[in-house]
Amino acid sequence: MASAVAQDQSGAPPRAPVPPAAEKPARRTGISDRRLPYLLIAPAGLLMLGFIAYPMLSVFYYSLQNYNPTKPWRNGFAGLDNFRRIFTDDPLFWDSLAFSAKWVAAEVSLQLAFGLILALLVNQTFVGRAVARALVFSPWAVSGVLTTTIWLLLYNPSTGVGRYLADAGIGTYGSSVLSDTGTVFWAAVLAELWRGVPFFAILILADLQSIPGDLYEAASVDGANRFQQFFHITLPHLRDAIILSTLLRAVWEFNNVDLLLTLTKGGPAGVTTTLPLYVAVTGFEAHDFGYATALTTVAFGILLFCSILYLRLSKFGGDRK
Amino acid sequence: MTAAIAEKGAPAAPAPGTAQPPPVRGRRRRRERAFDEVPRWQIYLPLGLYLLFTLVPFYWMLLFSLRPAGSDSLVPWPMTFDHFAKVWNERAFSVFFQNSALIGVGTLICTTGVALAGGYALARFDFRIKQGFMLALLCSQFIPGALMLVPLFQIFKNLQLINSPLSVVIAETVFQLPLSIILISGFIRNVPYSLEEAAWVDGCSRLQAFRIVVLPMLRPGLIAVGSFAFVHSWNHFLFALMFLMDGDKQTIPVGLSTLIGADSVDFGALAAGGVISAVPVVIVFAFIQKWLISGFSAGAVKG
Repeated sequence: MASAVAQDQSGAPPRAPVPPAAEKPARRTGISDRRLPYLLIAPAGLLMLGFIAYPMLSVFYYSLQNYNPTKPWRNGFAGLDNFRRIFTDDPLFWDSLAFSAKWVAAEVSLQLAFGLILALLVNQTFVGRAVARALVFSPWAVSGVLTTTIWLLLYNPSTGVGRYLADAGIGTYGSSVLSDTGTVFWAAVLAELWRGVPFFAILILADLQSIPGDLYEAASVDGANRFQQFFHITLPHLRDAIILSTLLRAVWEFNNVDLLLTLTKGGPAGVTTTLPLYVAVTGFEAHDFGYATALTTVAFGILLFCSILYLRLSKFGGDRK
Repeated sequence: MTAAIAEKGAPAAPAPGTAQPPPVRGRRRRRERAFDEVPRWQIYLPLGLYLLFTLVPFYWMLLFSLRPAGSDSLVPWPMTFDHFAKVWNERAFSVFFQNSALIGVGTLICTTGVALAGGYALARFDFRIKQGFMLALLCSQFIPGALMLVPLFQIFKNLQLINSPLSVVIAETVFQLPLSIILISGFIRNVPYSLEEAAWVDGCSRLQAFRIVVLPMLRPGLIAVGSFAFVHSWNHFLFALMFLMDGDKQTIPVGLSTLIGADSVDFGALAAGGVISAVPVVIVFAFIQKWLISGFSAGAVKG
């Protein structure tokens, strides 16, 4: 579809002198109203064509190649070898996929739950609401690397909260949650939650504000209590926003490299290596571009499959109420 | 700013019931029903707990950036700015800061410019590939940028843009565009078409009418979209890390990550670098705060 953008510009389309063009002359821009929209979307279309569509195609192309700039003598067409390697003798792939799934499931479900509660709270009228909103939303603007910076300070055994708690008699000295394979997952989840919950809360709050107040008044006149109102008015109204933001967030969390790369570097012992992190390491540290793009293709397929399945199952945009 | 005003105004609203009841309006009327009222503690208690979770990490960063090295105090007193001076001068954060600002402003200009054109086309015209273009915009939201790193790297290498800030600006712009176009076309739809037509009747060209009539009304939306683009590229780490090789071309997030990577982490410097990286974002968000939520509801969710 985007390719049509480019075509419509170069190959001059047959321009019949249609009546609307006669009614609406060129508005002194020298370009007819028929061609103007194509001209306007051309920059966006070309950028997306060149830097999203073309790279996507080249991912598929490279995935069939042995391509490693440090070992040029082995480069060439590989067929489906890369894919066979992924599915038959690469335990790291399955480990990273399992960790990705665990990470996305934990992050999205917890962010949704806390985000919903937070949005409902700051949607109430209370003294100091504007200040409270500004403060609880603030981590949303923080980058993954800054989140890492802050939580490294908090988790470090000599500078973190643990040490001060130990001084007060709670817990022990000198243990770092980031170097323990048993706790590192939840430590990373907590750090990302800190930044991710406000995102959900903002989106849900925006949608909450579009619910007409009359609905609640009518419901309470009919004797519905707050929980009944929540389940029969609020939740159905939020449905599409929740489905969409959950999907977007799942893709973003699947894709999250900033935080994990700097907080745990995929460790300890590889237990926090997600699939995109594994792709990045394979591509940019091992220089195995062919294999990295094959991994990308598989990851993309999984993501696409899950997205479609999710949209089907959730009946997005379907009958409301 | 806005927050402070609202804070001052708020206590006045539920004024003590000494005066006679004011004219009843929607919210007020519901308020009077004890049956509907959420008990205050059910708001303040969970919100207070959540605020603690939000603010303690920020406090920790400020504490370490302002406290002299070796101090154990939980209050940053005596206060020192040594960590900031060290990070700014010795760790080249002054250079990183300039690079980040350049990339952020470049992304802001490219994204808003391209999205403004595309958004106008989507809002004001019917054309043959419109549905397909919208669909492509939505679908591209589901393509993760991290998985495109390898081919993007190849493309920028072929264009000889590796090590140039332009590569990062292009990559950031491309991944910001879909959402920005959708948002802006939503904002343009909110401007009545009849205003534009009136301007044409008065003899304006399309461009003049757009500049004189539409653009001023779009200002809040443009500020919101531009700020998102700036903050996003300011914060984003991966493209800069992968496409910029030389140390003096790097951006603030990459600079922070090199501090983390050092063998013995200097926590004072790390915290000071974190504060520096947060400053522009805080300024931008203070500036756009009042448009934030209305901007989202106008475009993104309703999209």
